[in-house]
Amino acid sequence: MTMTVPLLEVRDLSVTFRTEGVVTQAVRNVSFVLGRERLGIVGESGSGKSTTGRAVLGLVPAHGSVSASRLALNGEDLRHLTQHQWSRYRGRRMALVMQDPKFSLNPIMTVEKQITEAWRLHRRTTAAEARKHAAAMLEAVSIDDPERVLRLYPHQLSGGMGQRVMIAAMLIAEPELLIADEAISALDVTVGNEVLAILDRLVAERGMGLIFISHNLTAVAGLCDRVVVMYGGRVVEECAARDLAHARHPYTRALLAAAPSLDEPRASLASVVRDPAWLT
Amino acid sequence: MTSLPTQNRVDGLLALPPTQNPLSSSQARWNHAAVLTRKLGRSPLTILGLAVVVILVLMALLAPAMTGGVSPIAQDLSGRLQPPGAAHWFGTDELGRDIFARTVYGARATLAIVALVGVIVVPVGLLVGTLAGYTGGFLDAVLMRITDIFLAFPSLVLALAFAAALGPGIVNAVIAIALTAWPPYARLARAETASIAHTDFIAAVVLMGASKWRILLRHIVPLCMSSVIIRLTLDMAGIILTAAGLGFLGLGAQPPTPEWGAMVATGRSVVLDQWWVSTIPGLAIFVVSLAFNILGDGLRDIFDPKSA
Amino acid sequence: MNPPMIAVQNLSVSFKGPHGPVSAVRDLSFAVEPGETFGIVGESGSGKSTVLRAIAGLVAASGGHIRMAGEALGLRRTKAQRSAMQMVFQDPYASLHPRHTVDRALQEPLAIHAIAEPERLITTAMADVDLDPALRFRYPHQLSGGQRQRVAIARALILSPKLLLLDEPTSALDVSVQAEVLNLFQTIRSTRALTSLLVSHDLAVVAHLCERVAVMQRGTLVEVLTAEALRRGEARHPYTHTLLAASRGYRRVGSPHEGMPLAPS
Repeated sequence: MTMTVPLLEVRDLSVTFRTEGVVTQAVRNVSFVLGRERLGIVGESGSGKSTTGRAVLGLVPAHGSVSASRLALNGEDLRHLTQHQWSRYRGRRMALVMQDPKFSLNPIMTVEKQITEAWRLHRRTTAAEARKHAAAMLEAVSIDDPERVLRLYPHQLSGGMGQRVMIAAMLIAEPELLIADEAISALDVTVGNEVLAILDRLVAERGMGLIFISHNLTAVAGLCDRVVVMYGGRVVEECAARDLAHARHPYTRALLAAAPSLDEPRASLASVVRDPAWLT
Repeated sequence: MTSLPTQNRVDGLLALPPTQNPLSSSQARWNHAAVLTRKLGRSPLTILGLAVVVILVLMALLAPAMTGGVSPIAQDLSGRLQPPGAAHWFGTDELGRDIFARTVYGARATLAIVALVGVIVVPVGLLVGTLAGYTGGFLDAVLMRITDIFLAFPSLVLALAFAAALGPGIVNAVIAIALTAWPPYARLARAETASIAHTDFIAAVVLMGASKWRILLRHIVPLCMSSVIIRLTLDMAGIILTAAGLGFLGLGAQPPTPEWGAMVATGRSVVLDQWWVSTIPGLAIFVVSLAFNILGDGLRDIFDPKSA
Repeated sequence: MNPPMIAVQNLSVSFKGPHGPVSAVRDLSFAVEPGETFGIVGESGSGKSTVLRAIAGLVAASGGHIRMAGEALGLRRTKAQRSAMQMVFQDPYASLHPRHTVDRALQEPLAIHAIAEPERLITTAMADVDLDPALRFRYPHQLSGGQRQRVAIARALILSPKLLLLDEPTSALDVSVQAEVLNLFQTIRSTRALTSLLVSHDLAVVAHLCERVAVMQRGTLVEVLTAEALRRGEARHPYTHTLLAASRGYRRVGSPHEGMPLAPS
């Protein structure tokens, strides 16, 4: 019997936060299936896109509650894991790259330590071997002189370099699934495109699954195979990235029309009119 | 879960219900105060601390009524060192004075010290710290070196020297304590100011053409206020203990004025046989100091913007 | 001939660094005519925001001149010079005093300049930026990012400045909110005699709003060209071409949808 198990299955994922007696539904019945492909999740702030990513990694803060009828990595149920069990998935099989390397790298640890730590946490190796591996990983993220960069501290890195180091640290344990949450939003366009190229190449070479969460429609359209558009905690549209320009949902179309364009001058930008019916 | 109000978080905003739109500045301030009060309500320990401080104030204000007209300085040598009982709730001291009355009246001395130190320390610390932090450069260096010099004085020794030079008394004790207590406030205010001075909202006031003093007094000082008040509350325990220490050494309030530290000192010689003479004012010092500490801790949690 | 609204000549700015002064802007010259909307684009570290802050008098120039309508400007300025130019900052969460309501934020400039009739001016200022009058006594933390940026714009306009300095005013906002704020700028521009200087990293935003664009790289001015020329890719300098290519988005090597323009069809 041949049955292909998808890399990640998410069905009816809901996340609810309760603060001071007010219940906020951050994610409402989100479902998607991910193979060894790149899935983009786009939306504005408050759309629940980041919370969806966090829920997949079991990183929803304590005042939030997560429910799903299915949440599985390679067929393994992730719904009722203890913190200890999560640690066998996070880092080793699923990894997260966040927006600002300034906050996600430890300021008092050298690059070498941060990268090898992730490696040695999951494997028994000697320091020398770990270092060799870290250098190779830095080369994989297009850093020309890995030996020098290994000795640096995070504050000595530029934004683009920091994000590459972050990616290296996340990928060294060879995860099957990488979640990038606004990974290029803090970077300049030219640097951001370089980071996208690195992600693109590594995901292809290693056969990983990628969830690329971003508010940047252009970046998502350029990098991903498929796109999920979120609004108010819901998926309002799912389509192939190449069809994004021909999106059908009014919200997606409004988002596209709201951005100023270099190619065609627009007298005024379309405002995004929101329909409460999208949330029901 | 469904019985609670549900909100959609759209456009990065947890929208206030329309009825919550304040209609005037004072209403906006009231709403803000209400939020803080609600936070206070969730911290019983802070309320306890606050309650003790309120009782202290009431004791000082209503001392004659609370003691039922019993004078704290009336001597009764025939009724010396009476144990606590129906006639004298907390017993009497070596001159036959009612310890309950003296303890209640003693709140006045403690409160006076607390209030006077606060009145001196907060403005001086704020002014020196914010001015140094906002101006920077030479003035900053000069002000901070002066602060360092005052910081290097051991407060009790300075207070001793001060009391010896100007004569013992509660006002001199307060001045001596305040003189050594303000430098940490200046440092705190300077650190806060340094982080505020380069924000865009200060740049915006500069661009409006506001004067330096306007920026300092109307924009920077109010932001430093809460951390300074919290610090003061936390320091109050230390200040009360120092004041009690001076009283114990005979350099604070002078007899026959009731003061807790001095009361502990007079009971020292009879502490084994007539324990209440020292223990009662000692307990009062302990309870009030602890209350200020708890209150300061609670205020820190309430005013912490991260918990907003 | 009227002098330009703002003229920058050989402007240099350097900051104190751990190993001596670090030059942020070097020998920069440009002029903005009255009524023009002029854009400065560049990546982080290009010195574009520093130029704006030097013009605003928030950082000291280490060389060169800044003239506003022919009048030389230093770091110390008169109240009148201050009120002639106002600025809107990038982060609407950091540009409003956290303890001041919208009302107080708008009162402050009027109080500083002792302007009469604050009541009428505040009502008008809020209406001009499409702010719901019901929000007048809210604190910044009770407003959305877009609403805060409107308050910041109202605060900048309430003194009727001649020059508006915009430092990445929409880069912290969502696309839909950015569209509203950009549309608001266009309305303001058409209803007031206002010269604007817009700094942004986003070529599309600058091309959308500005008539002429200066491209900066590592503290120097690379070239000045019209927005029209920028759109058509008629840049002379290779760096401008690099920026243009990057702004059109990342393209996968051998991707099936290469060269797809992202516009609704």
